[in-house]
Amino acid sequence: MELLDIRNLSAGVEGRPILKNLSLSLQAGEVHAIMGPNGSGKSTLAQILAGRAEYQVTAGSVLFQGADLLAMKPEERARAGVFLAFQYPVEIPGVNSTYFLRAALNECRKSRGQAELAPVQFLKLVKEKSKILQLDPALLNRPVNEGFSGGEKKRNEIFQMAVLEPTLAILDETDSGLDIDALKAVAAGVNKLRRPENATLVITHYQRLLNYIVPDFVHVLVDGRIVRSGGKELAFTLEERGYDWVSQETAAPAGATT
Amino acid sequence: MTSTLDPSKDQAPLRTARPAALSAPLNAGPPHPGLSLADVLAAFGHGDADSAPAWLKQKRQTALARAVKLGFPTAQDEEWRFTRIAPLLHLPLHPARPPARRLTAGEIAPFAFGLEGCRLVFVDGHFCAELSSLPAAGGDLQAVSLRAALAGNAPELERYLTDIADEETMVFTALNTAFFRDGALICAAPGKVIAQPVHLLFIATAGEAGATAHVRNLIVAGARSEMKVLETYASLSDAPHFTNTVTELVLGAEARLDHCKIQEENQRAFHVADVQAQQGRGSHWTSHSVSTGARLARHQIQTIFRGRNAGCILNGLYLVRGEQLADHHTVVDHAQPRCESHEFYHGVLSGRAHGVFNGKIFVRQDAQKTNAKQTNRNLLLSDDAVVNTKPQLEIFADDVKCTHGATVGQMDEEAVFYLRSRGIGLEHARQIMVRAFASGVVDRIPLEPVRARLNLMLTERFRDKGA
Repeated sequence: MELLDIRNLSAGVEGRPILKNLSLSLQAGEVHAIMGPNGSGKSTLAQILAGRAEYQVTAGSVLFQGADLLAMKPEERARAGVFLAFQYPVEIPGVNSTYFLRAALNECRKSRGQAELAPVQFLKLVKEKSKILQLDPALLNRPVNEGFSGGEKKRNEIFQMAVLEPTLAILDETDSGLDIDALKAVAAGVNKLRRPENATLVITHYQRLLNYIVPDFVHVLVDGRIVRSGGKELAFTLEERGYDWVSQETAAPAGATT
Repeated sequence: MTSTLDPSKDQAPLRTARPAALSAPLNAGPPHPGLSLADVLAAFGHGDADSAPAWLKQKRQTALARAVKLGFPTAQDEEWRFTRIAPLLHLPLHPARPPARRLTAGEIAPFAFGLEGCRLVFVDGHFCAELSSLPAAGGDLQAVSLRAALAGNAPELERYLTDIADEETMVFTALNTAFFRDGALICAAPGKVIAQPVHLLFIATAGEAGATAHVRNLIVAGARSEMKVLETYASLSDAPHFTNTVTELVLGAEARLDHCKIQEENQRAFHVADVQAQQGRGSHWTSHSVSTGARLARHQIQTIFRGRNAGCILNGLYLVRGEQLADHHTVVDHAQPRCESHEFYHGVLSGRAHGVFNGKIFVRQDAQKTNAKQTNRNLLLSDDAVVNTKPQLEIFADDVKCTHGATVGQMDEEAVFYLRSRGIGLEHARQIMVRAFASGVVDRIPLEPVRARLNLMLTERFRDKGA
């Protein structure tokens, strides 16, 4: 069974179609990259998978571990093991980072029938995971993302992922706005969290991130459709020849790769 | 401490108060359909005409004359533009009678916040000695009922009472002076730190509509003293009663006073409160005003800096739902240089509730190096809630820092989605957001049981979306 199975998905916002008959499947243990020009629908796909209500699905289905993902509320998806690293993490003044993350983790644990973590155990876990991301632990005493630099916000996303240990991680433009050191730290964190039973969907505009998070498959998304799929070398070709190259090609093999 | 007596005040005695009231011209504008001021005056009369000392009798008469001159505010009155008192004037206002039976300790426990230490309990405006615990006489802290203090000729009363609160423009304050029955006198001796908070608890039990308590408190923090006073108003009945309360605060040089007023009266009650401070050199006043109850609650919160290097924090939270209205009018008078004022008022509104904020800051010509900051933030949980907010800065000095800001917004749905995307349920996420919105204001309150109560109320409010 596929971990994630997107079949003939069409979706849009306010009647404007964005995704057009998109199909994609991920197996456990795989890393897939979705690349594409601005406005091609990459982030829309990420938002739909996370459960953003503003988008309307007009056709198709998404199964996560065999269950109807689109029928689940955002929090149910998170508890089931879907994690979205936001392109623009939200600042939430007045909500302490540690409180927030403990509440989130305990919700996820509860839904899996696990006992809630006491504050002391939780702090131990936080310490351990913040090392992986080289995240300044002082940030966790601050309100969620408030006053964080762009790099700190992205690191914090991956740190949350490390704590929540999702089965499917979706990284939406996690590389945007990162300098090379931050990019390496974030990528190293993602790689350390890879498990045979998990999968990662990396959404990016540039090939750069894929030097550090090496994908098994690369898909090119143009105008809401996957117009080409291939191995990691496809990313290099794209970097070299630009998105115009695929846009101009016609009848590329679209859809699932496996 | 500068003397508070102003010899220029109109001291002309009014010999025949009631007939004058009846014939006096009321405020311009259309008359209220309900009670006239004359009706009110007739209903209240002088409860203590015989027992009051001469100085107080005179002050009461002066106040009555002022009230007559001012009349009840109408919609044309800028200070009351958004807060219509017509529903109050439809009540058969009359002095609240002494309670028919004694309350038990268990009945007041929910309002006592589990605080140890000095407590004065008033039921329907009448002091209840059995439920109160007073400090020993002659100590660092003096805490007695106002009537007892009047009977004992406490010198603070003649010196300060009615001279801090500005009656010249506020009819309810003038009426309070004319008719107050009881309240508390709290004094911290100079140089003394009073460790335990003093709790003034006012409970309404009257079952009749229009039962009115005119409450008057005087709090005097001697030079270099430190004290915390908690003043709470609650109802045990659900009748539309009326509380008209005035608290005057005097801060001596370098005194530190934390005053926390909590209004949680029933949803049909009317509450008009005037909290006015006068601050000496280097003193610091923190005022908390929490308003969660009453159908209409009007809070006037005012301070004047009488000496240099003084400061205040005016902190407020209004949590209103249904048809409730909560109004805060603040005045900070920077009459002296090098003083600091910080105002933080946050409102959480649902249903068809209405919030009003009006913040006046005066910076007098000599008040150089003034630092004044004012913020009013509002979170609307429903489409029908309304907020009117207005800063009013009048600055006559040139070397000052003054900022103000007001926001009215709805729940940040991006943030709610972010929380949900991590596994936190919708209700919990909204709860977290409401608490977060109010957290700055709540966290400034030094009394932990008060914070805990407010956090609990906040976590319940998130459900109010459509209510």
